[in-house]
Amino acid sequence: MSKSYGLETRAIHAGARPEPITGARQTPIFQNTSYVFEDVDHAASLFNLQTYGFIYSRLTNPTVAVLEERLANLEGGRGATCTASGHAAQQLALFPFMEPGAKVVASTRLYGGSITQFGKTFRKFGWEASFVDTTDMAAVRAAVTSDVRALFVESLANPGGVVSDLAALADIAHAAKALLIVDNTLATPVLCRPFDWGADLVVHSLTKFLSGSGASMGGVVIDSGRVDWHQSDKFKGLTAPDPAYQGISFAETFGDLAYTTHAHAVGLRDLGATMAPMNAFLTLLGLETLPLRMERHCANAAKVAAYLARHPNVAWVSYAGLSDSPYRAHAGKYLGGRGGAVFTFGLKGGFDAGVRLVESVALFSHLANIGDTRSLILHPASTTHRQLTDAQRTAAGAGPDVVRLSVGLETVEDLIADLDQALGKSGS
Amino acid sequence: MPGRILTEPADIRALLDRVRVIAVVGVSTDWKRPSSYVMKYLQSRGYRTVPVNPRAAGQEIWGERVHASLADIPDRFDMVEIFRKSEDVRPIVDEAIRLAQEKSIRAVWMQTGVRHDEAAQKATAAGLDVVMDRCAKIEYGRHHSELAWGGFNTGVISAKRQRVRHA
Ligand SMILES: Cc1ncc(COP(=O)(O)O)c(C=O)c1O
Repeated sequence: MSKSYGLETRAIHAGARPEPITGARQTPIFQNTSYVFEDVDHAASLFNLQTYGFIYSRLTNPTVAVLEERLANLEGGRGATCTASGHAAQQLALFPFMEPGAKVVASTRLYGGSITQFGKTFRKFGWEASFVDTTDMAAVRAAVTSDVRALFVESLANPGGVVSDLAALADIAHAAKALLIVDNTLATPVLCRPFDWGADLVVHSLTKFLSGSGASMGGVVIDSGRVDWHQSDKFKGLTAPDPAYQGISFAETFGDLAYTTHAHAVGLRDLGATMAPMNAFLTLLGLETLPLRMERHCANAAKVAAYLARHPNVAWVSYAGLSDSPYRAHAGKYLGGRGGAVFTFGLKGGFDAGVRLVESVALFSHLANIGDTRSLILHPASTTHRQLTDAQRTAAGAGPDVVRLSVGLETVEDLIADLDQALGKSGS
Repeated sequence: MPGRILTEPADIRALLDRVRVIAVVGVSTDWKRPSSYVMKYLQSRGYRTVPVNPRAAGQEIWGERVHASLADIPDRFDMVEIFRKSEDVRPIVDEAIRLAQEKSIRAVWMQTGVRHDEAAQKATAAGLDVVMDRCAKIEYGRHHSELAWGGFNTGVISAKRQRVRHA
């Protein structure tokens, strides 16, 4: 039983034993909201967190729990908490140890929606988020002062093709007794396992590759189980007595289960951004084929990137899997030499060429998402980053010439042919 | 036959399957303490748990009379579970070894954070199995899928159908 199984085996089996009452083999969808108590004493034990079990699906649900265990297993973590979306996971991840005036440092190389969430909405809670270029280690060292609670980065950044130096970032965070939180959405546990490099928490948008078919929203926070919450007084949310639970300290009572127990029993209880059981089921189906899909996603993306790099209308391609990428060495160390399947490139024809390209493709879908079986294309300057100035757009890696691709699982020759005809029309 | 220090999940599961009566040394009379949580949980899963705590001798915890020492427990028990600091483990293990025959003790379990390698060697030499630095509640939960209900990675992978325990 202690045999260590391979990634493909775990992607199918972890968390999902046959349902014991009926023998159902695929994970059943427990679509119910609430659970019958055995008696009053059982109810009291559940509410006091003295026993394992279900009370109400805002906190825990059997179908969602299967997904949580599978994700914790794939990342090599202790426990996981699923949420309604990736953004909900990012809020839940910080919630146990943040409060008004508490500081968090985030990378400038984050998904644009995350920059807005940290920079605008989290500030409304009094959480002081600042940003630093996480490819500049001297800047990171200066930014992560001893009063910072966490450093937040993406392993493989969306879009940009930037691969974070996770081991170096973990060292800097830990020297300041801060946590390293890694958004592993684009790399997935197939390419990168941030806990192997010192990360303390991992978050994902499950909406992308993990569910994989553009059919379900979801997020997760995974705890490494390795943080000593008593190491500093920055983590009182987990060490101080909780009056709502008869004055227990989560860290003392639950040891390495404390963070995930708190995330359900306090975080989901009060923030309420719970994952729907149906979405957990769809994501479990997606995970069964994740290792297989990621292999092909990466292989297709590498071919498309190589094709674009040779195209006369293309000025540059930012893909960590290309031999001339500045992140090639990091991709070798952290992503097993692969570059993922989401990247950007620049058109010599600028803004107008970008607009013509997204309107001329016939197989790539023009939409704002990534990590689908279908290939996706976006021209940020005319869509997601439309309201910014040129200078702001360029700083965000969304200059007028930039196009983002999420390469899918179609026949790669068909994808290249589609880009070829559309690039012909877009001109240089 | 000498006992063993158990670390493999399958061995720990087999021990929890064999054991029925557990002497819980150092369990607190404060129901909010982790030791009290574990005792109550093990009761709810069909184990008889007998509390040992000299400062609370004669009182009751979760319906069971508290004894001052292992020797004071009138009945037989299979396992001794220790909720004391590592430094305080040695005399408890010595007493368990002394009583092993008379009480039919097969194992000593030291709770999460508690280890004593020397005492453990002595216990295994005397034929007792030993588990160190683990929580019986977590280990029971791991093998009966309950731990997974909270979103935890149990490490258990199996396509076998589990038997349902009927109360
Ligand atoms: C890297 C990354 N993190 C987080 C998110 C947010 O996830 P969600 O849309 O599921 O809330 C996204 C979504 O685009 C993303 O690309």
